[in-house]
Amino acid sequence: MKRPRRVASLVKGGRGVSCQKTIVVNRPVQEVFSFWRHLENLPKFMKNVQSVSSNGGNITHWIVKIDSTTVEWDAETIEARANEVLSWQSLPAAEVDSAGSIWFRPAPGNRGTVVKVALKYAPVGGKATVKIAKLFGKDANAIMEDDLLRFKSLIETGEIPTTEGQPHGKR
Amino acid sequence: MKALCWYGKHDVRVEKVPDPKILNPHDAIVKITTSAICGSDLHLYDGLIPRLEKGDILGHEFMGEVVETGPEVKNLKAGDRVVVPFTISCGQCFFCQRGMWSLCDNTNPSARESEMVTGYVCSGLYGYSHVYGGYAGGQAQYARVPFANVGPIKIPDGIPDEKAIFLSDIFPTGYMAAENCDIKPGDTIAVWGCGPVGQFAIRSAFLLGAERVIAIDDVPERLEMAKEGGADAVAADGDEVFETLKEMTGGMGPDGCIDAVGMEAHGFTLDARLDRFKQAMKLSMDRPTVLRQALRSCRKGGTVSVPGVYAGFLDKIPFGLVVAKALTIRTGQTHVQRYLKPLLQKIQNNEIDPSFVITHRLTLENAPLGYKAFLKKADKCVKVVLKPHALQQSE
Repeated sequence: MKRPRRVASLVKGGRGVSCQKTIVVNRPVQEVFSFWRHLENLPKFMKNVQSVSSNGGNITHWIVKIDSTTVEWDAETIEARANEVLSWQSLPAAEVDSAGSIWFRPAPGNRGTVVKVALKYAPVGGKATVKIAKLFGKDANAIMEDDLLRFKSLIETGEIPTTEGQPHGKR
Repeated sequence: MKALCWYGKHDVRVEKVPDPKILNPHDAIVKITTSAICGSDLHLYDGLIPRLEKGDILGHEFMGEVVETGPEVKNLKAGDRVVVPFTISCGQCFFCQRGMWSLCDNTNPSARESEMVTGYVCSGLYGYSHVYGGYAGGQAQYARVPFANVGPIKIPDGIPDEKAIFLSDIFPTGYMAAENCDIKPGDTIAVWGCGPVGQFAIRSAFLLGAERVIAIDDVPERLEMAKEGGADAVAADGDEVFETLKEMTGGMGPDGCIDAVGMEAHGFTLDARLDRFKQAMKLSMDRPTVLRQALRSCRKGGTVSVPGVYAGFLDKIPFGLVVAKALTIRTGQTHVQRYLKPLLQKIQNNEIDPSFVITHRLTLENAPLGYKAFLKKADKCVKVVLKPHALQQSE
């Protein structure tokens, strides 16, 4: 595995928030890579990402909902080495300057795949700034951890555990 | 439907709540025919387990009839009679695939909260703290069973509910506690606590080949039940337990010691009184009197097995003894799925009839009375089973 490229360098200047986490999932590296290769899959486990749609090429359109505010931007997949690494970066005109990289490698002893994720967001200005700062500020790591745990459950079992909608007595 | 809900310390009520629904593709809905109150429910009842919410439906020992299945459940169909393990497991993760079902990575919706408390995610449990996911429990008329393709075991028609229900928890829990002692021919096993788990630990130790089992408790009828299971009884009366065990084993000490009491040990020694004060003042969550005694009593190189529930940081554990005597400590929530088939087989072979432990049978409406009796050990209560669909008798 090559030395991970520093994701911070993908976002201009030192602004914004970056977070990074590694998780092992008990599925083969090919399957895990191909799941992430289709960024359209991300809303299945990323709570704030409403949709990611692809133009069929390298450009994806992201819609992220924070409380009641929706922020949209276009991103370009800038690196996709099968079963190794995937990187994307928002296009220059985007309301949110964002970038992400995912590295994949087989875990030793047939234990699945080690997935390392690094994300960076920096609001450029306008209405999104405050919301983005709030969402991707102090909560950024927590949100990413939750999202990755949901990703693990989804790819290992086909579903994300939930109790939303179960009965209870009056609270 | 009707369900028993938690509202606070010594406050549980039977409420009318919505029926459970299928929420995920691997879910099933079970109509509960028999449910039970577990000793670990008493820790909730006593308000000692953090992160319960008012209105939570309790209960993690239940069985019944499948009434509905999600699209991905292929092994069960409506009408099947099943026992549901209290640990919810996915069957697909590193831990499930190695038989460590209660350590499942994927069934706890409060995964990050669990990770913050224990460092790593532990499996979801029914009717327990929200650290374990806060799944609605089975002291109710119906329950949603997630990952139903992995957990529930089908029960043949010839086996009545009362023989099968305890496969959900206390029989496997007692069995794993005994198995963890790695019993060899000639071994003596000491069991602290003759509540339901202790009773099953005693009988399981014999099933696994123990020569002798010594049961320790302070409740006469529970010791009586232990004796019926073949154990020698020792009345728990403070520091003398160690001397008694040493004498009974010719100075050697028991080969395996099982703490089937956990965080709410009564205890009569000075350290026990101090623990009680600390717990009452919320300075400590646990009263590890029994654990200390087990560590002291166990023979050199022996095993201390802990099925009893502890929740937090234990005070004044003589860890020096563990090192000096080269003790092995084994514990954990029960990997229930590992034991379902072999223990059902033992029931079918008449090697054991788990219904021996039942002392009280109640309707769901009377479950709050069951909690009270179980807590106070009133009316010689050892184990309460509930019949959620039985008609309430007019008083």
